[in-house]
Amino acid sequence: MSADRLKVLLHSAFPDADDLDVVDRTGGGDHFQVTVAAPSLAGLSLVEQHRRVYEALAAPLADGTIHELRIKTKGSA
Amino acid sequence: MSYSRKIKEVIDEADVALFMKGTPQFVMCGNSDRALRALRRAGASVTAVDILPDPQIRQDLSALSGWPTIPQVFVKGELIGGADIIEELESSGELERTLRERLGEDYAAQRDELVVALA
Repeated sequence: MSADRLKVLLHSAFPDADDLDVVDRTGGGDHFQVTVAAPSLAGLSLVEQHRRVYEALAAPLADGTIHELRIKTKGSA
Repeated sequence: MSYSRKIKEVIDEADVALFMKGTPQFVMCGNSDRALRALRRAGASVTAVDILPDPQIRQDLSALSGWPTIPQVFVKGELIGGADIIEELESSGELERTLRERLGEDYAAQRDELVVALA
C-alpha cells in the first residue's frame, strides 16, 4: 500500500485537517508514520484522537497491509 | 477458547497493565519496547501480558479495548494508549501525573514487574 492511498483515506476522514502527512518509514509499504492535526480532534483525549485515525484506516489495518502504524495527532485550534 | 475473562481480570486488577509482544525480560517488538521503557522511566510497576503465545489473545484483547494495535497500556482499568501515546505522555510529564492521580503519590516507591501468562 502506498502512503498516498492512506492519505486519501485520512483526508476523507479529516476534511478539516490543517496538517496531514503519511510517511512510509521503511519504503516497504507497510510501516507508516501518520501525522494529523485537525480542529475536529480538539478537546479529545489522545486515546480518542488515535481511535479516529484507526477508524479511518480500519480496512488496511484489518487486512494486514499495515504492519506498523505510528501516530501523532493534534487538535488544532 | 476465549481469553476475554482472563484479560478483563488483568485489566481490572493490575495498577498498570501492559499487553505486549514478548516479556519485559525478552521484548519481541520495538513498539512494546518503547512503551515499556517509557513506563519504566515514569517509575510504573508494570504487570505485563505476552500476547504472542496464542493469536486469540490479541483478538480478544482488541475486541475488548477497541484498540487494534499492540502494545496497549491500561491504568486502573482504563486504556491510556499505545506506544506513541505513552511516549508522548511520558515526555510531557503527563504520564507521571496520571499515575500519581490514579495510584497515589507513592506509586513509584517500590517498582516491580510482574508477568502474567494467559495461555
